[in-house]
Amino acid sequence: MGAGWGPLMGVGAWLTDPANWSGPNGIPVRTWQQIIMSLLAMAIALAIALPLGLLLGHLRRGTLVATNISNVGRAVPTLAVLIIVASIPAVGVGDAAAVLALAVFAIPPLVTNTFTGMASIDPELQDAGSGMGMGRRQRVLRIEVPLATPLIAAGIRTTSVQVVATASLAALVGGGGLGRYVVDGFALQDTTLIVAGALLTALLAVVAEGVLALLERAATPRGLRQRPAQARAIADTVG
Amino acid sequence: MPAPGVALPTDASNPWVSWDYVSTHVPELLAAGREHVLLTVASVALALVVAFPLAVLVRRYRVLTAAVLTVSGVLYTIPALALISLLWPVFGLSPVTVVLALALYALLVVLRNTVVGLDEVDPAVVDAARGMGMGRRAILWRVELPLALPTILAGIRIATVSTVGLVTIGALVGYGGFGGLILSGFQQNFWHAQIFTATLGCVLLATVFEVLLHWVQHRTAPWARAGAR
Repeated sequence: MGAGWGPLMGVGAWLTDPANWSGPNGIPVRTWQQIIMSLLAMAIALAIALPLGLLLGHLRRGTLVATNISNVGRAVPTLAVLIIVASIPAVGVGDAAAVLALAVFAIPPLVTNTFTGMASIDPELQDAGSGMGMGRRQRVLRIEVPLATPLIAAGIRTTSVQVVATASLAALVGGGGLGRYVVDGFALQDTTLIVAGALLTALLAVVAEGVLALLERAATPRGLRQRPAQARAIADTVG
Repeated sequence: MPAPGVALPTDASNPWVSWDYVSTHVPELLAAGREHVLLTVASVALALVVAFPLAVLVRRYRVLTAAVLTVSGVLYTIPALALISLLWPVFGLSPVTVVLALALYALLVVLRNTVVGLDEVDPAVVDAARGMGMGRRAILWRVELPLALPTILAGIRIATVSTVGLVTIGALVGYGGFGGLILSGFQQNFWHAQIFTATLGCVLLATVFEVLLHWVQHRTAPWARAGAR
């Protein structure tokens, strides 16, 4: 059995102690580290996954790979990717390893969703575009990409939330972020630190989910917005 | 955490792929694999036991649907590291901590797919069943559930494969299956062979579960096109 709920009385005190809100190990710095790691990882992942997904989806090539890569990705544990990347001498332990591992982890679902968004567009719409005198470039930019936006945005949202959540594991390979409190807490057998860190980590993930849901809505063309609360089955594609 | 200043072994002395490692660590690998399977199966089983009655309840009292799906959605967002850490003060360094945390994640996937699967049953079919004199219970068990089975099984499959990956985080409280070997390989000065072999073990397990459950899903719905979901 664990230490019980007794030490938890200290969590409130820890969270409100001004000493924990300043300095390099303070809550603002740790939160910011986690956000920056997530943003960098998403930037790398998007730079690779978006062009790939858009191109393959537009050409409707590589369906088998593009639609199954997120399944394969799900089978590889993030902890393993994180530790393998940190074990590469050129990378080493720390934030860089976490950013690279998170990017690796984010690419498959982004490719799958972008591909599915592009490839599921009715080909007759492309014909209609051609009939209106649009060239290929115009058809892609003015028909296909806007219509694929809801699924692409949903993929970016779901993946970003997972990346922010997973960035808490960076501390296991010597990186920063809010996971630092949890990992240090386990090392020091400090229940207060563990629980306070876990609460902050959970809070950041839930806030990220809310903010990204708003961003997704803003990025989706008005005519394509779905009514919310329409539960959908979780299929192999994210979102 | 390796002490700073410890020299990394050179690649020649520390290969990623090592048959020597595998052949000299069979008992450890088998024990880790067994633990990994048990944690996965226990978590998904617990999620199923809770999800089915909850899904039926949620469909009977529609006001609950949004509330239950929102709460499980929020739980799903919480990082595994945090959820395990929050359960740890109560359940300690035990498999229960890991199983409870992972069951909560699997719950959302199974619950959502069960509700949606049941909802997607053609109302005309349900009407026909009612016209044949079937009661609510008979309709659920003999009409709705069989028709919803492919969607439900897809949920179980996705939840299971995700759980195989998440089990590794359990290493934090000493019950992580292959995750324990991955973490200890890292802490023992980057023991590549152990890290890589244990990772392969996870991928292998996930693949076995994926293929097995795909087969079951296909068997229960011969009319559904393979890979439709």
